[in-house]
Amino acid sequence: MEDLKLIFERGEEGQGLTLLPPCDVEEHFLPEERKEEPRLPHVSENELMRHYTALSGRVHGVNHGFYPLGSCTMKYNPKVDEATAALPGFTRLHPLQPQESTQGALEAVFLCQSMLGEITGMDAVSMQPAAGAHGELTGLLLIKAYHESRGNRARTKIIVPDSAHGTNPASAVMAGFSVVNIPSGPDGCVDLEVLRAAAGPDTAGLMLTNPNTVGIFDKNIREITDTIHAAGGLCYYDGANLNAVMGVVRPGDMGFDCIHLNLHKTFAAPHGGGGPGAGAVGCKAFLADFLPGPVAACGDAGFVWDTPKRSIGRVKAFWGNFDVMIKSLTYLLTLGRSGVREGAIHAVLAANYMKACLQDDFDMAYPGLCMHEFVMTLERFKEETGVSALDLAKGMLDHGVHPPTMYFPAIVHEALMVEPCETETKETLDAAVALYRSLGEAARRDPESLHTAPHKTPVGRLDEVKAARDQILRWTPQA
Amino acid sequence: MIFPEELRYSRDDEWVKMLDETTALVGITDYAQHQLSDVVYVTLPEAGDEVTADEAFGDVESVKAVSDVLSPVTGTVAEVNEALLDAPELLNEDPYGAWIMKVENITGFAELLDAEAYKSLIGEE
Amino acid sequence: MGSYVPITEKERAEMLARIGVPSAEALYADVPAGLLFPPLSGLPEGLSEMEAWERVSALAEKNRVYRTVLRGAGSYRHYIPAAVKAAAGREEFVTAYTPYQPEISQGLLQGMFEFQTMICELTGMDVANASHYDGATAAAETPAMCRDRRRRRVLVSGAADPQVLETMRTYAWGSDTPLETVPLKDGRTDPEALSRMLNGETAMVYLQQPNYFGLIEDAAAIGAIVHATGAKFVMGVNPIACALLPTPALCGADVAVGEGQPLGLETAFGGPYLGFMAVPKRLTRQLPGRIVGQTCDAEGRRGYVLTLSGREQHIRREKASSNICSNQAHCALTAAVYLSAMGSEGLRRAARNSMSKAHYLAAQLEEKLGWKRVHGSEFFHEFVTECPDTARALGALEAAGILGGLPVEGGLLWCVTELVSKECLDEAVACLREVF
Repeated sequence: MEDLKLIFERGEEGQGLTLLPPCDVEEHFLPEERKEEPRLPHVSENELMRHYTALSGRVHGVNHGFYPLGSCTMKYNPKVDEATAALPGFTRLHPLQPQESTQGALEAVFLCQSMLGEITGMDAVSMQPAAGAHGELTGLLLIKAYHESRGNRARTKIIVPDSAHGTNPASAVMAGFSVVNIPSGPDGCVDLEVLRAAAGPDTAGLMLTNPNTVGIFDKNIREITDTIHAAGGLCYYDGANLNAVMGVVRPGDMGFDCIHLNLHKTFAAPHGGGGPGAGAVGCKAFLADFLPGPVAACGDAGFVWDTPKRSIGRVKAFWGNFDVMIKSLTYLLTLGRSGVREGAIHAVLAANYMKACLQDDFDMAYPGLCMHEFVMTLERFKEETGVSALDLAKGMLDHGVHPPTMYFPAIVHEALMVEPCETETKETLDAAVALYRSLGEAARRDPESLHTAPHKTPVGRLDEVKAARDQILRWTPQA
Repeated sequence: MIFPEELRYSRDDEWVKMLDETTALVGITDYAQHQLSDVVYVTLPEAGDEVTADEAFGDVESVKAVSDVLSPVTGTVAEVNEALLDAPELLNEDPYGAWIMKVENITGFAELLDAEAYKSLIGEE
Repeated sequence: MGSYVPITEKERAEMLARIGVPSAEALYADVPAGLLFPPLSGLPEGLSEMEAWERVSALAEKNRVYRTVLRGAGSYRHYIPAAVKAAAGREEFVTAYTPYQPEISQGLLQGMFEFQTMICELTGMDVANASHYDGATAAAETPAMCRDRRRRRVLVSGAADPQVLETMRTYAWGSDTPLETVPLKDGRTDPEALSRMLNGETAMVYLQQPNYFGLIEDAAAIGAIVHATGAKFVMGVNPIACALLPTPALCGADVAVGEGQPLGLETAFGGPYLGFMAVPKRLTRQLPGRIVGQTCDAEGRRGYVLTLSGREQHIRREKASSNICSNQAHCALTAAVYLSAMGSEGLRRAARNSMSKAHYLAAQLEEKLGWKRVHGSEFFHEFVTECPDTARALGALEAAGILGGLPVEGGLLWCVTELVSKECLDEAVACLREVF
């Protein structure tokens, strides 16, 4: 296949679209204006559409095929959610319109806050954070504000298991804490003895996802949260894996004090190739006064924006990624009480089914039942065949299937993490199992074909070292 | 892999070349650069920094990982090899030429091994 | 109840048998029994698609969509070419994840590479990231890029958007970074006050251009004052104004950030928007977030990958300078399509028309109503006028379907974009004349 032109390499000077009328008032000029024009593309509308259509042909989306990217919850994105979010009654609103003119939008935010609070067992929710990591930072700032409000400045440490997402420790540092990494036990769960030793008068809190990043529900969860509370710390729930348990068990009931949710994972908003997401934050009543403001409230005369009394302040302009929230609101209204539970159960069913089907062919990092995802370890497989987790993943690319997450969590060697989601048919799961097996056989028969895979994609494996060393990070015109 | 006889090696894969009794050059070993694969970035200390034996003074990055570099000596950084900022690949190409920092006023050392002992530590030969 | 689960009862039984458990509930054996299956009484039962659509549509209909908007203050209604939604709305772009597998994500990666280039062209900088959450959070991340062991203090112009300032304050409090605001003189950052505040502990100064009141700051002069003390100069810019104003790079900025919403994104009640961040080459490592770089495969074919990942949280964990993971990729792609459709000429036209019409409205308000501007200096497409009774003024406009200026200290903060015709502006002034 030929290199696809950059948009800057298309078109000619003088081509373009006629979009705006001439100015209908006297033109104003500034005393000092920019002399060199920005070198933006100059293409006709036809060329523009062809360019982006060509680009879209080189992207694997959920609609293309199976996307079992562990930890990312790539479930189907219902089209009605897109349709409601595109309503002009939402998209054409100015964020600083008078509240009386945005009652429907405020009600939507209020509804979303309430439903997410119910699902998670939290008393108050803010929709302001823009993404999961942004929610983590917000939640940790709640913990910081709580300890400060009690005059306790000695609680400077956040405990994070070594299996956690990298965002957890990074968020803790942004919130001014230092990080205490604790090793996971041999079962992939929190080692209670290690946790007890780590928790103390300097503990501000614990960050945990449950099910954890190896796809196991930590059965000691009450002992874990009790341990932290007994030490005077708070418990933060990373909602990245909520899809396994939405409607089944609530973080609030597990003993967590605050959480974030990824609406773009659990609540079916699409991921947009990296974003926008939305990272709602929930908390128990005793933290509600610290939430970033404003939050939607129901007053006597209608819905209002209300800034909590001791708010940590804004974490973002305006009211959050509102239009992403509309997608999740529509999704939640569609699923309802039984639907969220059905979704979680089937996500767990699908993962366990694939795991059961594959466990004779590949080593599982942790045997037994899993939650919504499972981790294979190809360490022995690699020793036997010379084919790595990366090679196997690249082999999948030739078959229209997105590979599992590679090399995460770092505590598992040669990891492939599979999260099938509840929206896939049994036929799709069976086909994926058959593909994994056939690639496993190919690795023993013809390892070279996998070392050099993929073969059918627009480009082969790309040289990442060259990218990092050359640092060509923008197009520049040829001299 | 090469491990020059005249150097001393820490258990964390750094080498030390004594210039006089209290001054030394420090870098990472051939074994370390093999383990790291292609180095794409190096975080250097600043001249004047105090470094402590067995504590991190910088890090090296490959495209998929970042690793701390632990100081084999306690002392004051006299100079850093700024050429590595533009050409981190020197750590792969010439690990013993590509020193990372020069330390002076050395007052202490991590446990240092000679080439033979280091080779057996990493399982060479 | 709506559902997107395609597994039939029969298949479910087969799957459970293969797993070797009696029921789906048995899969949750590790969950403490008392916690399983809470009643969720606060959650309604699910709806059919039609009912859900009607329910949410009814919420949309309760909102008022103004025919004419004369309000900006951080969110701007510009014309969005029809091709923008058609191109950016393609489902492949919408439903993909972060491009972790570059071989099947080249379209997204190339789109981000093009976006980065366009942001560099607008700002005059060498390197841009593949987006941040919004302009406020992009600004709030800049202290972490500028701080070092000796310099931690942050100064922010008092003419920064209050929401940006508040977000910066929250982040600064989190990381124990001292943050102070620089006083104003006639609505602009006071260079003398700034000089007095700067010291050897100052890490950076943040200046918004045009500022919150629409005024054009003497950015190059401010930059020179900042640099004289060794601090870094950060500019928050409006990307449409970038078509006409000297670039942040020319003004000496070390970091340029901004709110990219004006580039083809709906006002959408405040989000999702688009933060952009750009720096000169020497500060590349300080940029947070995803960055796309060009490389090639074994056969020499050009391709794109996420690069310099060693800066980021998934590799550097607690040593990362930022925790950002998800960004606003699809908004960035939308902005890139917008800029491709507009081209340099179109963008300048949007900027010129917005600015010219704003000047027309300012002149009309003074001439017909006697409302003077409260500041003296040059402005772009926003300005503050005095107003004897803001409630009465906004009420009169509201009745005509016009969203008037935002009440601020001293009067109303007006904004005019190319979307508002002279006729509409005359109509707004006439509405006001009826009640004043």
